[in-house]
Amino acid sequence: MAQVTLTVNGKQHTVEVEGRTLLVELLREKLGLTGTHIGCDTSQCGACVVHIDGISVKSCTQLALQADGANILTIEGLADADGTLHPMQEMFREHHALQCGFCTPGMVMTAVDLVQSHPEGLSEKEIREGLEGNLCRCTGYHNIVKAIAAAHPLMHAQAAE
Amino acid sequence: MYDFAYQKPGSLADAVKVLSGDMEAKALAGGQTLIPVLKQRLNKPATVVDLSALGLTGITVSGGVITIGAMTRHADIASNADIKAKIPGLAHQASLIGDEAVRHRGTMGGSLANNDPAACYPSALLALGGTIKTDRRTIAADDFFQGMFTTALEQGEIITSIDLPIPEKSAYEKFRNPASRYAIVGVFVAKFANGVRLAITGASQDGVFRHTEMEKALSANFSPDAIAGIVTPADGLNGDIHASSEYRAHLIGVISKRAVAKAA
Repeated sequence: MAQVTLTVNGKQHTVEVEGRTLLVELLREKLGLTGTHIGCDTSQCGACVVHIDGISVKSCTQLALQADGANILTIEGLADADGTLHPMQEMFREHHALQCGFCTPGMVMTAVDLVQSHPEGLSEKEIREGLEGNLCRCTGYHNIVKAIAAAHPLMHAQAAE
Repeated sequence: MYDFAYQKPGSLADAVKVLSGDMEAKALAGGQTLIPVLKQRLNKPATVVDLSALGLTGITVSGGVITIGAMTRHADIASNADIKAKIPGLAHQASLIGDEAVRHRGTMGGSLANNDPAACYPSALLALGGTIKTDRRTIAADDFFQGMFTTALEQGEIITSIDLPIPEKSAYEKFRNPASRYAIVGVFVAKFANGVRLAITGASQDGVFRHTEMEKALSANFSPDAIAGIVTPADGLNGDIHASSEYRAHLIGVISKRAVAKAA
């Protein structure tokens, strides 16, 4: 066993892990943050996407020990402490961008990075391409794309405040 | 996944020492191939050596050559202004690998060292006539790839950077497997003052290769018409549930013409 120290949603943790422990296993099993889902476990579906130092990454394809010293943001850390939803979450709700909800945490985390890294704006094509690593099996892409397009101006207006 | 010891050396010399001294040690770059391989128990290293603390990242331009650190991520290559301006085929190629999250982790050096027969970068390195720099020597692209998942790298040898000559024109065209995003056929074409090089990935059982007949025709006349009559035999090409070897042979002609049209 080895020790890994990392910050998750603003809180520092030191955890004992094996070499083979995946970041997603650390989050779900050691820290109880089960909002991050394991869908395919083959790096294709994107249900496990979290941010590592602000960048979207598939946490099922990352060793926990690789994240030593990193700053992790999961779906649980997105809303304000008082429960006010992040604009992306709010737009997913408003545009009915989910059905069963299994892919939603990964979709939201990917979408937040996509919007943050494209302050100049996002075309529908760019949004769809940006989601190519996130699979939804309820065929909900259309409303997900609408939600992300609607969240873009809200997030950048908030960032400018 | 079988368990293993994890090490993260702080210097290149230390990393080489660990990897050279332990036949069951495996180097970890971005992990976007290695970790899935470990999950499937296709490999059972005793030690995994993380190369991320060796400072092997960055992109520089000097005297007609772009040098890319081995641990530079696909996302950085795809968005780099110098690469977009000087080797647009490479920037485009990097933007087509995997998906956004995979491109945030996967590295050029890791992909080249693995030499997957359907990986994209081997075609760029070979078509550009690039050079691999390691901890101990330099290896020309023409000598580096030695068949499927096989390279000239010795036990414990680590790629540190990749030198790519800047061509007059370049383009990459890829016919993707829609699920895995790997190339069923990928073609990189590069036009230099002294001739054209064209490399094909995804198609051959031996991995990436140069299509010398097309190179000759394109060096005389850099247009899709110059290669329209060239037939590639299906012998030695991959055939699987995604595409037969005959289909891949046909695709080589079609995708090569598209690549040349894009570059010209």
